[in-house]
Amino acid sequence: MKKIMLDQMILTDCCPTNAGSKMLDGYTGLFNATVVEKLKEAGYEIAGKLPVGEFAIDLVGESCFAGADKASAAAKTLENDTVMAHIALDVNGAPRRVAAQNGLVFAKPTYGTVSRFGMIPVACSGECVGVMARNAADCREVLCTIVGKDEKDGTMHTDEVCKNAAAAAAPVKKVAVLKMPTDANDKIEATKAKMAANGIEICEIDAGVIASANAAWNMLMCAELCNNVSRYDGVKYGYRTKNYKNLDELYTNSRTEAFGLTLKTAILYGSDVLSTKNYMAKYDKAMRVRRVIVEAFAGIFADFDAVLLPAVSKMAYTEKDSAFEENAYTAPASVTGLPAVVTNGVQLIGPAFSDGALLALAEALEKEGK
Amino acid sequence: MKFETVIGLEVHVEMATKSKIFCSCSAEFGGEQNDHVCPACCGMPGMLPIVNKKVVDLGMTAGMMLNCHINRTTTFDKKSYYYPDLPAAYQTTQWFAPVAVNGTVEIETANGKKSVRIKQIHMEEDAGKLVHDDWTGTSLVDFNRTSVPLIEIVSQPDLSSAEEVVAYLERLRSLLRFAKVSDCRMEQGSMRCDVNLSVRPEGSDKLGVRTEMKNMNSLSAIVRAIEYETARHIDAIENGTEELVQETRRWDDVKGKSFAMRSKETAGDYRYFPDPNIMPVVIDDAWYDAIKASLPEFPEVKKARYTTELGLGDYDADILTGSRALCDCFEGALAVCGNAKEAANWLISDCMNVLNKKQLTADQLTIDGKALGELIVLVSDGKVGRGNAKKILEAMFEQELSPAKYAEENGFIVSNDTGLIEKTVREAIAADQKAVADFKGGKEKALMALFGKCMKQLKGNCDPQLLRTMLIDEINKA
Repeated sequence: MKKIMLDQMILTDCCPTNAGSKMLDGYTGLFNATVVEKLKEAGYEIAGKLPVGEFAIDLVGESCFAGADKASAAAKTLENDTVMAHIALDVNGAPRRVAAQNGLVFAKPTYGTVSRFGMIPVACSGECVGVMARNAADCREVLCTIVGKDEKDGTMHTDEVCKNAAAAAAPVKKVAVLKMPTDANDKIEATKAKMAANGIEICEIDAGVIASANAAWNMLMCAELCNNVSRYDGVKYGYRTKNYKNLDELYTNSRTEAFGLTLKTAILYGSDVLSTKNYMAKYDKAMRVRRVIVEAFAGIFADFDAVLLPAVSKMAYTEKDSAFEENAYTAPASVTGLPAVVTNGVQLIGPAFSDGALLALAEALEKEGK
Repeated sequence: MKFETVIGLEVHVEMATKSKIFCSCSAEFGGEQNDHVCPACCGMPGMLPIVNKKVVDLGMTAGMMLNCHINRTTTFDKKSYYYPDLPAAYQTTQWFAPVAVNGTVEIETANGKKSVRIKQIHMEEDAGKLVHDDWTGTSLVDFNRTSVPLIEIVSQPDLSSAEEVVAYLERLRSLLRFAKVSDCRMEQGSMRCDVNLSVRPEGSDKLGVRTEMKNMNSLSAIVRAIEYETARHIDAIENGTEELVQETRRWDDVKGKSFAMRSKETAGDYRYFPDPNIMPVVIDDAWYDAIKASLPEFPEVKKARYTTELGLGDYDADILTGSRALCDCFEGALAVCGNAKEAANWLISDCMNVLNKKQLTADQLTIDGKALGELIVLVSDGKVGRGNAKKILEAMFEQELSPAKYAEENGFIVSNDTGLIEKTVREAIAADQKAVADFKGGKEKALMALFGKCMKQLKGNCDPQLLRTMLIDEINKA
């Protein structure tokens, strides 16, 4: 039986789901996520849960309450071949960064093709359930299993559209290389060489407005996050402080003790951009920027089949690095809902529903590498 | 100085849907505490909202009944506020593109007719209910009501007295009940009202400081609250008794006073934003037209038709058009029996009697109009006695039935077997010679006693006129 791991954002009724946060330590959901049901139905074995950064918004899992040594556990698990793939909720690009820095493949599907029912919600307008594996073929097999219309998720496309997206195989002939500064430029150059060897036409273009994707995504993501995590109060489930004399202290101290610094930063920022004072200038503006970026990509895809861009700024992070800046590479696909595939340490973004075509390209590049 | 009161209302109405707005839990009032709940309406992570189409149907219906413009693309938004009765810590409502805007409601008071402008109608979910137990000093939460669908009807500040407010609320209630949007029962909280009130010198075009009184749930309390609050404002302006501030106040109907709850400065910021989990609802022509076609006749149009075309009296027409259920049953019965006066009588006296006995309101009338019409025909054809017909009617409240079949099965068919009647009459006379003597001595009542005994003996299955004639004949023979 093929084994699949899940990250701690995906609810299962058999074992706890803590979202990487002390706040949900020991919390077991009452139901299975749709992706879990689909995998089980197709005969895969759910082998276990892997740690995730607190509410999946950090760099590579370093903010997990259970300790930073658990970071990148997904990469370590996939080092040995007993596990076929790892399913992760891509909120802020963390699984894409893990894949890029560890030579793995990660597919973030087109928004609305994989059910989000049963995901601990963070930034619902952009987060997607994706697949991490050692190679593109495994990635595609699992993705084809989890895609498809779910009546419990109102944001999904029709079943046919979802399935066609994962199975898409139109050849990628022209690729636009988005000029974005990175220390991992050798990966981009290597990929360009392989593409050229495969007869793919390559053209460098300026990132333009796409470079502001992370500014918009940080606002949208934090706003939605702050709304989504306000339900955790230490009363109904999860962590409860022992240190309180009245109800207000119970709420305040539970939250103070259980939420980590990155999350508190996101909550404050999210509250601020949604405030009556700032809504038009910040949140509403971010939604407009989102639309402009969608249009910019549409312009690129009028001439190209895919976009090549870095997934990370460097191959290993230090404590000084911030996910809110590093997501400049991952936010373009998050904010637009476009499919993205990380392979060979670089990232490919394609038009909506080109998921399968991107994986086919990744597969071709893998062969060339051997 | 003369003052005028400026009032705008926010009315919350629970919609008459079977299930909640975003999940399949029952939306019924009551039930065991926390019985109508699931992970979705309990705000647990991982659940996603799926809009109940019936809610949008009723939202559009309400909008059309109140002459609103219907937004063909209507969206849902999140309103963040933290309170224990709101398990997800946000309420899903409509802020940016409500289902209906810019309507009017016509009201009539002693001061004449007035058109009240409706700013908007939006759909949203209700919150749960907190139960405070003073004895143990604890508070418990009942989530049965969370996510029960509501519409909020926001009026412009066009009302100027308690009388107008009552007329407006009664008009809303009548229209929404007629369109089956809600049962609008204030005592069960399915219609609640926030009163926004300010006072200004008569003729001034500048609005005074506004206060809001929340969750008023009886007309009489609303009247008292408006009168108290108006006096308080005038007193503050004229005599400087206090400084008026924009704030939310709680009306205490027992003490007959309003108390400050929170001021504008300390009010939370709701941080509205579009709910990314709910796609915009697009109302196409087919959907719009279907709802438009399903709208009922307005009550006053019906009343005019009942009096002019059907020849009913004002009183009867008023009672019937006070309830959509009565109208539906009346029209159903009329279609079968063809006798408007008779159908109205059965509803207004007989059906209302049964409803009163069961402590139900007219809106809870469940009997089928067609069946009532058949029953009326049975009586007018002399096939069933009136007394037995009432028994059939009572049975109709318990179950769906065919009156003719039920009459047959229960021996309620008038036989007019003269042999049997004659025998019964003779026995009755023989058994009560005193009554015979009394009647002959001029006591009309004595005949009624004999008549009643015979009718009872015959189980009501006899033409009363025939029985009376035969009884008198027999007494005269005796």
